[in-house]
Amino acid sequence: MSTHASLSAHERVEAARPCLACLLTLGVVAASVVASFVFLSIDFRALFSRASIASMARFVGEFFPPDLSLPFVSKTAWAALQTLAVSAVGSLLAGVFGAVLALPAAGRWGMAARVASRALLNFLRSVPELVWAALMVLAAGLGPFAGTLALALHTTGVLGRLFAEALENAPAAPQLALRDSGSPALASALYATLPLVAPQWLAYLLYRWEMNLRMATVLGFVGAGGLGQMLYFHLALFQQAQVATVLAAMLVLVIAVDTLSSRWRRRLAPAHA
Amino acid sequence: MSAAARPSPASERDPLARRRASWLLAAIVLAWPLLALSQFKPWTMFGSSSLEVMGHFLAGFLPPSLESDFLALLARATLETLAMATAGIALSFVIAVPLALAMTHSLSISRIGPARWRVRSPLLHGAARLVLIVLRAIPELVWALVFVRALGLGPGAGVLALAITYGGMLGKVYGEILESSDTRGARALLESGSGRLAALFYGLLPGAAQELVSYTVYRWECAVRASVIMGFVGAGGLGQLMDQSMKMLNGGEACSILITFVLLVLLADFISAALRRLLA
Repeated sequence: MSTHASLSAHERVEAARPCLACLLTLGVVAASVVASFVFLSIDFRALFSRASIASMARFVGEFFPPDLSLPFVSKTAWAALQTLAVSAVGSLLAGVFGAVLALPAAGRWGMAARVASRALLNFLRSVPELVWAALMVLAAGLGPFAGTLALALHTTGVLGRLFAEALENAPAAPQLALRDSGSPALASALYATLPLVAPQWLAYLLYRWEMNLRMATVLGFVGAGGLGQMLYFHLALFQQAQVATVLAAMLVLVIAVDTLSSRWRRRLAPAHA
Repeated sequence: MSAAARPSPASERDPLARRRASWLLAAIVLAWPLLALSQFKPWTMFGSSSLEVMGHFLAGFLPPSLESDFLALLARATLETLAMATAGIALSFVIAVPLALAMTHSLSISRIGPARWRVRSPLLHGAARLVLIVLRAIPELVWALVFVRALGLGPGAGVLALAITYGGMLGKVYGEILESSDTRGARALLESGSGRLAALFYGLLPGAAQELVSYTVYRWECAVRASVIMGFVGAGGLGQLMDQSMKMLNGGEACSILITFVLLVLLADFISAALRRLLA
């Protein structure tokens, strides 16, 4: 407030004038939105025309009522458990490998190791999970293990970078104190630095687990098991009632894990929740 | 010193050793069914048949395919991917804004006194919240797969899928940003009789605009990443090209597409960082 009071009348007029760069950016953004719709030749009017709304409504209507017969529900529940397991194991593996790669990436073992491990992490991160899954289906065969590996590979890239940043920001004094009083390197890292970064690492891990659960429901599309594979199968056969059940299971699973994980995270590290 | 008071040698090294060990044991017991469920069998990767398939495929990666008709396809798919992300974000903005406004308590007139909508207002807040949760809980690829059935192959399904999921995410975060910004200005305006939209524009937005735009740009970056893979379910763009190349085990093409993936994601990172710097 005080800065505003000290401005001269002229400066205030200048400040109130819309900035040229902002207007220009706004224009470019608007133009690119219009260009996108034109390029994709998606017609707004067709999207909201009576015929297409009616066909959408019919399509949605076919999903009801969902298939709630006991055998199908138990099959869905089993697939949901598998999806949960894929996401959990994938995230855990990523946590382990991410922690291992975070040490060199935080510059603990010299400059060369730092550059090399950062490059590896960037590569792992920039290939999407679904592409990893398609590759892993080739390597490990159809099934949930391919999905687990895919999640682990991509998430290692993400977590490794986040873990390294947390390590770099952690104060060095406790570890130096242990080192100076004669502890070996590993023990001093485990007892001085790890307790400092552990809450943040866990919070990141839980957050990625939430995201990986969503991804795990999707990985089934390329043959990696779980709810995704069921969805793909029943959609291909136009069995909309079964599809509705699977979608409902996804909804429940995602909301449950989101709630659980955000509650844990709030308790761990309020700053990152 | 009594024997009870003297710590045993083991606990001298680490007073929490026993507790840590039991937690570790519990974790392993818990992890076992998870590993079984996800069919964790690393050795299948090193069987001779899968090594052979993978080896052939990876050997084909070099050199990346640079044929001119393939490059033309690649360029078109890249543009399609960018256009899908942009159009999807634009539509999701349209979905998110009304829902976020309906959810924002600080713009609620019924909160500061009697109003026509007094009874319906909490219902409206709750309904908006529920719609947002349902919209964003189902991943965009699932929506894309479903919409491909309804709209046919092509980017239209991808755009709608992005619009729905990102509409839910943007709506929730917009609501949170509006709630957590300084609401005194809006409150003063509302109490002196201004309308809700005027209170939004003159009371809330000046404080929150930067954060709102910055989050939208960040979401656009995520949308680029999402639309890269949208094609795997038939929704156009780079993913569809990748899917075809992988099914034909054409390593050279897959390699070119992977390189484009990485470049595109880096470009989106760069544009988004530049836009956000402009705002700061």
